Amino acid sequence: MINNTEAVKLLNSKRENSVIVATMNAGNARFGLPTVSSNDSLDVPLSGAMGKAGNFALGVALANPDRKVMCLDGDGSLLMNLGTMVTVANKAVKNMYHFVFDNGAYCVTGGQPVPGAGIVDWKAMGDAAGYAATFSFENLEDLVTGIDEVFAAEGPVFIRLAVDKEIENTPVQFRERPRRTMKDAIIELPKALS
Amino acid sequence: MTTYESILHPKSLVDQLVKNDVTHVVWLPDSETNFLYELMNDTPTLDLIPVCREGETMAVAAGLWVGGKKPVVLIQNTGIFESGDSIRGLGLDINQPLVMLIGYRGWSRRGPTPDSAAVYIEHHLHTWGINYYLIESDADADRISIAIEEAYRTNKPVGVLVGTEFGSD
Repeated sequence: MINNTEAVKLLNSKRENSVIVATMNAGNARFGLPTVSSNDSLDVPLSGAMGKAGNFALGVALANPDRKVMCLDGDGSLLMNLGTMVTVANKAVKNMYHFVFDNGAYCVTGGQPVPGAGIVDWKAMGDAAGYAATFSFENLEDLVTGIDEVFAAEGPVFIRLAVDKEIENTPVQFRERPRRTMKDAIIELPKALS
Repeated sequence: MTTYESILHPKSLVDQLVKNDVTHVVWLPDSETNFLYELMNDTPTLDLIPVCREGETMAVAAGLWVGGKKPVVLIQNTGIFESGDSIRGLGLDINQPLVMLIGYRGWSRRGPTPDSAAVYIEHHLHTWGINYYLIESDADADRISIAIEEAYRTNKPVGVLVGTEFGSD
């Protein structure tokens, strides 16, 4: 298993001028991208429509074909909208890297298992949907070794990361709030892109 | 007695999109748009983005818009019902100037309208506080320009209900 913070730290270290759309645990205010980001003006902490991070990232990637776009998705959120994998693959966006943080659980609601936890073969689903390249990593050592190959591949690329469950059990109103919101990102990203 | 051309040709709609510098049409076909699809496909300034479920359209459009493009969404009224959380979270909440062209399945000026897709759609848009325009013929097509102008002036989603089948060009 890969530690969530170590995963986002590694992806951030490889970002150069990439836009990163992060949702669920990958965008968590305590241990996700906001805690390690080196350029949060290019980060989109996607909230507000669970399951739509891949679609939003697709739009950004189509609008900015010369810039890499990473989508850091959750397994529960992607399961809500599996068709997005076909939508993304169908547009053959060469600059999009779609990661799914596979922890097998709805961590923000207390850790209930997602349907198909431990059964779904995400890499095979990426292949079947038509992504140009797919990868799956079970541990940090392999991810560190393989990440350059991931970003050398022409997109759309689908990458499954087996990550630890980091479960939120604190009542929602007492959880740490993200410093930047989706609305902030919507205002700031166009300036950062220009 | 007033007579008017009662057919909505796909070209009328596409001309409006081109005139307003629309760059992308994020869409899922409805039962009345095949001629339109063919014409949009043949329009070099429009990039069509097909999706698998209507709720994806608002999210793709949001990414395009924040990335500097000018998309519209084209779906059927049934798809609006499916898209509630996307309209809320990635339309209204982020002030996206999103024009939604909505096939008005079941709409009729003649007799009863038994199709619940037609019965509920305007109530649905009212609930969201989304303004909308009805187009039924070529003479109405400039309402698309009005909707686009309004969406960008108010930074809000605006609907265009397409209340007729498209004729062939």
